[in-house]
Amino acid sequence: MESCNCIDPQMAADDLLVKYQYMSDFFIALAYFSIPLELIYFVKKSAVFPYRWVLVQFGAFIVLCGATHLINLWTFRIHSRTVAIVMTTAKVLTAVVSCATALMLVHIIPDLLSVKTRELFLKNKAAELDREMGLIRTQEETGRHVRMLTHEIRSTLDRHTILKTTLIELGRTLALEECALWMPTRTGLELQLSYTLRQQNPVGFTVPIHLPVINQVFSSNRAVKISHNCPVARLRPYAGKYMPGAVVAVRVPLLHLSNFQIYDWPEVSTRNYALMVLMLPSDSARQWHVHELELVEVVADQVAVALSHAAILEESMRARDQLMEQNVALDLARREAETAIRARNDFLAVMNHEMRTPMHAVIALSSLLQETDLTAEQRLMVETILKSSNLLATLINDVLDLSRLEDGSLQLEEATFNLHSLFREVLNLIKPVASVKKLSLTSHLASDLPTYAIGDEKRLMQTILNVVGNAVKFSKEGCISVTAFIAKPESFRDPRIPDFLPVPSDSHFYLRVQVKDSGSGINPQDIPKLFSKFAQNQSLATRNPAGSGLGLAICRRFVNLMEGHIWIESEGIGKGCTATFIVKLGIPDRSNELKLPFVPKVPGNHVHGRTNFAGLKVLVMDDNGVSRTVTKGLLMHLGCDVTTASSSEECLRVVSLEHEVVFMDVCTGLDGYELAVRIHEKLTKHQDRPLIVALTGNTKRVTKETCMRVGMDGLILKPISVDKMRGVLSELLERRVLFETV
Amino acid sequence: MYDLSQLERQLAEFTSSLFDEGFLDDQFNQLKQLQDESNPEFVVEVVNLFFEDAERLLNELAKTLAQDNIDFKRVDAHVHQLKGSSSSIGAQRVQKVCIAFRNYCEEQNVEGCLKILQEIKQECSLVKSKFETLFKMEQQVACRRLS
Repeated sequence: MESCNCIDPQMAADDLLVKYQYMSDFFIALAYFSIPLELIYFVKKSAVFPYRWVLVQFGAFIVLCGATHLINLWTFRIHSRTVAIVMTTAKVLTAVVSCATALMLVHIIPDLLSVKTRELFLKNKAAELDREMGLIRTQEETGRHVRMLTHEIRSTLDRHTILKTTLIELGRTLALEECALWMPTRTGLELQLSYTLRQQNPVGFTVPIHLPVINQVFSSNRAVKISHNCPVARLRPYAGKYMPGAVVAVRVPLLHLSNFQIYDWPEVSTRNYALMVLMLPSDSARQWHVHELELVEVVADQVAVALSHAAILEESMRARDQLMEQNVALDLARREAETAIRARNDFLAVMNHEMRTPMHAVIALSSLLQETDLTAEQRLMVETILKSSNLLATLINDVLDLSRLEDGSLQLEEATFNLHSLFREVLNLIKPVASVKKLSLTSHLASDLPTYAIGDEKRLMQTILNVVGNAVKFSKEGCISVTAFIAKPESFRDPRIPDFLPVPSDSHFYLRVQVKDSGSGINPQDIPKLFSKFAQNQSLATRNPAGSGLGLAICRRFVNLMEGHIWIESEGIGKGCTATFIVKLGIPDRSNELKLPFVPKVPGNHVHGRTNFAGLKVLVMDDNGVSRTVTKGLLMHLGCDVTTASSSEECLRVVSLEHEVVFMDVCTGLDGYELAVRIHEKLTKHQDRPLIVALTGNTKRVTKETCMRVGMDGLILKPISVDKMRGVLSELLERRVLFETV
Repeated sequence: MYDLSQLERQLAEFTSSLFDEGFLDDQFNQLKQLQDESNPEFVVEVVNLFFEDAERLLNELAKTLAQDNIDFKRVDAHVHQLKGSSSSIGAQRVQKVCIAFRNYCEEQNVEGCLKILQEIKQECSLVKSKFETLFKMEQQVACRRLS
């Protein structure tokens, strides 16, 4: 046995100590062995552990320590050298490893600590983000609320609903205790409590509008926190225990349509505001947050727009209702007027007949009575009766005429008449009266005045008669001159008649008639009254019981119907007066003027006949070369497409449906008739066979009857002028028949 | 040489003299109206045609009347033609003579017919020379105008 350096074992009294040491070493070794196991177990469990190498090292260190202490157990007794060597080896290894580990830990532990700080930092960040998230969510909520609120508000056009909805939704969104709206009164000097959230029927509190707090709110478009003591906020009895809720007020602009100029935003100057007051619940620790204030502002703006829409709608509905009422009223009035007119017309119609019949009887019998033998006295009486009844008849006629004229139911006739003879007749009628009053009557018709004109002869005569009659009536002495001429367009620009703008045309002319008298004249101020019904010139009324005052009114109506103008000028009392009128008359066609018998008297329409015969296919049959050439030239001059034939055979050969008219010279006797018959046979099966017209200079042999018998459509006498041919063609094409009376 | 206005005046005077003397009537005016740009020589053409026709007719008449058995119907037909032609151009005097001729034909008065035939011939040549003068003057005026 080799000696070892170990200390000799102690005496039996140290056995307990040794036993304790022994046990402790054992447990230490146990622990030392179990720690790495635990470590390995937990590290395996956790996925993330960056320092495995350190762990291994640490594990090695601990294992070795454990081994050391384990081996120590053997060193308590006498042990062999092997154990000592093992012990020493273990200790050396342990020393190495523990030193390495210690060195390593110096390096590692700061790292581990910093991980911790980072973790803390991240946790803080996460908490912050959470908070922010919460905030955003709240804002999002708010935004949603606003949108929903706006939608609610804008979904109705009824003002009350808008306001009520606003208050309700706001109350709900912001969890308000009270929400109220103060509207300006009609006078604009006070605010009246109009709507509240909680109270059903707010009593009409009013608050003067010029309080400083209200001005403050009105002057900015932000929501302003106000004190709960100010009058607008004292809406309900104070019910809370500690603290009333914070109050905010915001202005709500009340917009009118006139506020919106085009290209401009609403002007601030002409503004009406309402006041919205919002109260948070009392006894809550809530304060107004910025986002809540923003919500309130946005809502206030939206409410303004919605209100203005509602106002506009109300306005337009009101206007529409008004219009409908007016329409109904107008309709009623119109129907009443129509009924009245109908009644009047019926009355007039009846009266017309009823009044005229007895009038006729009176006039007729009085004139008959005049013819019988009467004493001078009786004659005088009868004459007076006759005169009076004539006057009455005229009056009746005038009244009836005038009422028809007013209706517009009077229509002018249009016929061709002789203008010159019309004037002659008028003068003939007036001359006796004028000569009785010793007035000289002169007339002058312009040389370019056409002989014939188209118009309403009877009414024109009535007008001239009236005007000239007036001149005679109101002149006691002197002379009366009647002039008539064609009015030139230049003379139309008369400052006295600014409204009269006649249009010159080819088929009409304007006749101007001027009647000058040297009678008593008229005061220029009275002139406008002359043409009004029943208005008599006062100064003359006494002198002139005759005349109903209707004459000039009727004349004016007639003249207006003839698209003309009538006016009177006078320089004053005693200076005579001049009556002038211009009327539009038609110009008759020349063929009418010549009064050729071949034209049936068609009033006025003749001027509208066809005057353009371009391309009209015509066939001329004439065995006389010269006549043929002349007729051909004539028709060609009018634009026709002329084919000629010099004999019946040639004519038959050439005639076709293309020709619209066939002019046939029948001077040679029966040949022509036969030709007509043959043409008929050739073409009569077809609808539009040419018109066959006989030309003849012979007035004896050819007659209308024979022509018609053989199926001719017309007969014309030679010689034919260009104008005559034009008229003939136009008449033929219009009427398909034309027989000139021979 | 005369200037344009003088020539025109002469032409107008001559034309009106023709009307006054009864050589022409309104039908000639109608003919003049038919003369336009599309038909510039219408009057001259028609007048020439008339004289050709007239010559033929007069020869025929002479021949017919020279026969022993005068066919008055045929004579009448010819005269009728001549009358028609002359009235177409407005040769008034010729037309008048034709009417007289026709009366003689109806009466079957041979002597009258012969006499009046001479008269017609005379009238025709007279009016022919008148026309020639008229056309010449018109041409002079036209030339003057163009120059």
